[in-house]
Amino acid sequence: MWQFGEVALAIAIAPLFMGWISQCRAWMQNRSAPPLTQSYRMLRKLFHKDAAVATDASLLFRGTPYVLFGTMVLAAAIIPSLATDLPFARAADAIALIGLFATARVFLSLAAMDIGTAFGTMGARREMMIGFLAEPALLMVLFNAFLLYGSTSLPNLVNEYAARHTVIDPSVIFAAVAFVMVLLAENARIPIDNPGTHLELTMIHEAMLLEYSARHLALVEWASSLKLFNYACIGFALFLPWGIATHGADGGVPLLAAVAALVAKLTVAGAALALIESLSAKLRIFRAPEYLAMAFLLAVLGLLVHLLLGANINA
Amino acid sequence: MPPDFFEDRRTRLPSNVESHLLSVDREQWLQTAGFFRDSGASLLSLWGADDRDRNGTFCIYAAYLLPTSVMVVEHAIADTTAPAYPGIAFLFPVASRMQRAVYDLLGISAEEMDTRDWLRHGGWPEKLFPLRRDTDGNQPYPIVSEPYPFVAVEGDGVHEIAVGPVHAGTIEPGHFRFSVVGEKVLRLETRLGYTHKGVAKLFESLPQQEGHRLAARVSGDSAVAFSWAYCSALESITSISCPQRAIVLRALALEHERLANHLGDLGALGNDAGFAFGLTQFSRLKEDLLRSNSDAFSARYLMDYIVPGGVAVDLPERCTGLLLNQYLVLEEEVAGLRSIYDEHAGVQDRFREAGRLEHDLAQKLGAIGLAGRASGIACDLRTDHPWTPYDQLSPKTVTRTYGDVAARVQIRFDEIFESLRLCRALLENLSSGPVLAAVPLAKPNTLGIGLIEGWRGPVMIALETGVDGGIRRCHAHDPSWQNWPLLEYAILGNIVPDFPLINKSFNLSYSGQDG
Repeated sequence: MWQFGEVALAIAIAPLFMGWISQCRAWMQNRSAPPLTQSYRMLRKLFHKDAAVATDASLLFRGTPYVLFGTMVLAAAIIPSLATDLPFARAADAIALIGLFATARVFLSLAAMDIGTAFGTMGARREMMIGFLAEPALLMVLFNAFLLYGSTSLPNLVNEYAARHTVIDPSVIFAAVAFVMVLLAENARIPIDNPGTHLELTMIHEAMLLEYSARHLALVEWASSLKLFNYACIGFALFLPWGIATHGADGGVPLLAAVAALVAKLTVAGAALALIESLSAKLRIFRAPEYLAMAFLLAVLGLLVHLLLGANINA
Repeated sequence: MPPDFFEDRRTRLPSNVESHLLSVDREQWLQTAGFFRDSGASLLSLWGADDRDRNGTFCIYAAYLLPTSVMVVEHAIADTTAPAYPGIAFLFPVASRMQRAVYDLLGISAEEMDTRDWLRHGGWPEKLFPLRRDTDGNQPYPIVSEPYPFVAVEGDGVHEIAVGPVHAGTIEPGHFRFSVVGEKVLRLETRLGYTHKGVAKLFESLPQQEGHRLAARVSGDSAVAFSWAYCSALESITSISCPQRAIVLRALALEHERLANHLGDLGALGNDAGFAFGLTQFSRLKEDLLRSNSDAFSARYLMDYIVPGGVAVDLPERCTGLLLNQYLVLEEEVAGLRSIYDEHAGVQDRFREAGRLEHDLAQKLGAIGLAGRASGIACDLRTDHPWTPYDQLSPKTVTRTYGDVAARVQIRFDEIFESLRLCRALLENLSSGPVLAAVPLAKPNTLGIGLIEGWRGPVMIALETGVDGGIRRCHAHDPSWQNWPLLEYAILGNIVPDFPLINKSFNLSYSGQDG
């Protein structure tokens, strides 16, 4: 029951989270902001349009939006955003989750190349470069948490955390910074990519979507906002798990508390992301490896810190 | 040594700056070009005219910018079946595209020229030349798509990226063909001409008193520069001088145009580096300026403000104080934003070393205007050939030597402060009096030149009057002709995603060069 509620909530509020970030960004740049519901209006508009598909498009191109949306929904089912008692989560641990994101990336890149335009290929090429640099960094971040709590399953991590109530391990701070860097890179945000740009030559994520329209585009956009939402929830599960209803917690009260905690966390996280994006410029694309290497290094440092100091703290 | 025919054959041309006309034959055409090249002059413009109805010839003109004056060289071509003249692109690379344009419009070909069409784009039949006097400009033709052979680059892993003319954003059309290895650009070839509107042909159907309106629309962001250049040409031909107040107001409008464009560009440059904060701040400042333009000059983008004989509306008395106040605010805010740009590591990392155009190469290519000044070519008509009222203002020429995006950004910042200083000086010198003088009909068949330093660089109008107050031929030249080819060199060795930023740092006009 909670499982379905959680997935439904994720699908419903992911665009809202995106809208909130846009709103914060606009405020920070002294612009008047679009309404919070702007993302929903966009989706509605796109779903009402007739889809135009390139003449050379194969089934891969048409099918990818559904694959993307499906993988992101599945990921939302695995990530304990509200509760840890998730039947789906037993099927996959956090490493499989990374695989899920990688699947989506591969499909989107192939679909972008399927059309044969210069921009699609260019975007796909860049996306793969960012992806193969970001994944090891993300794995390292997760290893930090695995070492700390002795499990690779996200719900178990959260349960374990709730059971222990220890002081914050210093390694977590390194891992958290690395995670935020990966989150920005993986979700096509500044400083790696610019979601607001109209300059086709600088695009990464957007370049792959140029040929999509109407319902296909809507699904891809929705999947993108779900991906960002999922990443945020992974971050909460790893670093800020307070408020998530743990095993054995029954009834509506913990659940309502979990929803309230999630909304509060998303509000703060959205504002923080917007702040980071407003303060920084986009990196020259060949600085991206340096940036992601830095994220990797921080995560490794976190591991080292844990291995050197962790024993004492846990003792 | 100047050629011996130089001194005694040149005649003074009506113009707002010192100009001369020199009629030469075929050999002297090349001789003068060679001499000007050696003496360090730059080619300002190249255009042609169909004079078969007058003296049975085609005419080709080249305007050179000398250190103290402008020299227009005229060469009449007697062969009207296959008119040709010696090409000068090997001396002045900027001539290459202009020669192609002259051929497309008039069928006058340069020897040894690139024979691919530049403006035609299959929009009219190949052997039809729209600017010839026997061609009807109103006749429609179907657009026939023709192949355009780009220069191909071969090698392991080399591929092409074709960008435009339709872009992902709402911008002017132009086609950019990149040959790249991975992200690195090996070669860029631009193809322009998509916004060719037949401005030159349209001029010939307008009365002299109306031409300034069309001139203002050659490139909308340089409306003041073009309409002032047109009016200068016409006023010089008719030997009338504008009222003092109108002259000062024209300069004020020109500096406002410079300010508005620089503010817009600085914001857009920040945005293209992913720093949207810059865009919103500079857009706000630009909008404030446009609103006071609307208040003070009755036009936001100063369209049709400058008219033959003066300006369209007088500056309201209450605006003087308001403008002076606004300059203070602008100065303070731009200084604040400048320090944010200068100290932002991410922004500076994108600006520095990107799109570098070295001084020697810029010199060789004939760089001009703002982009030239960023590569150490100190050329600014306001200082080099000051026309009234700039002769009393002693404007400073701002230069940088490094020639990268950061240099072009710095030039814009410095020019904003210099323009604000000029605006203040202009407002303080504003005498009272009329702002419009009557302009009589000009005598026919007289050539006059108007030359104004717009925000992008020198803008030129060559006006030849016709009978009964008509226009016989009017050639409008935008400095983008000179600076578009620079982009193809500035991008070399850079990476593809830096192109939009480099392109924006030049911010050249498509419409102005397409004509």
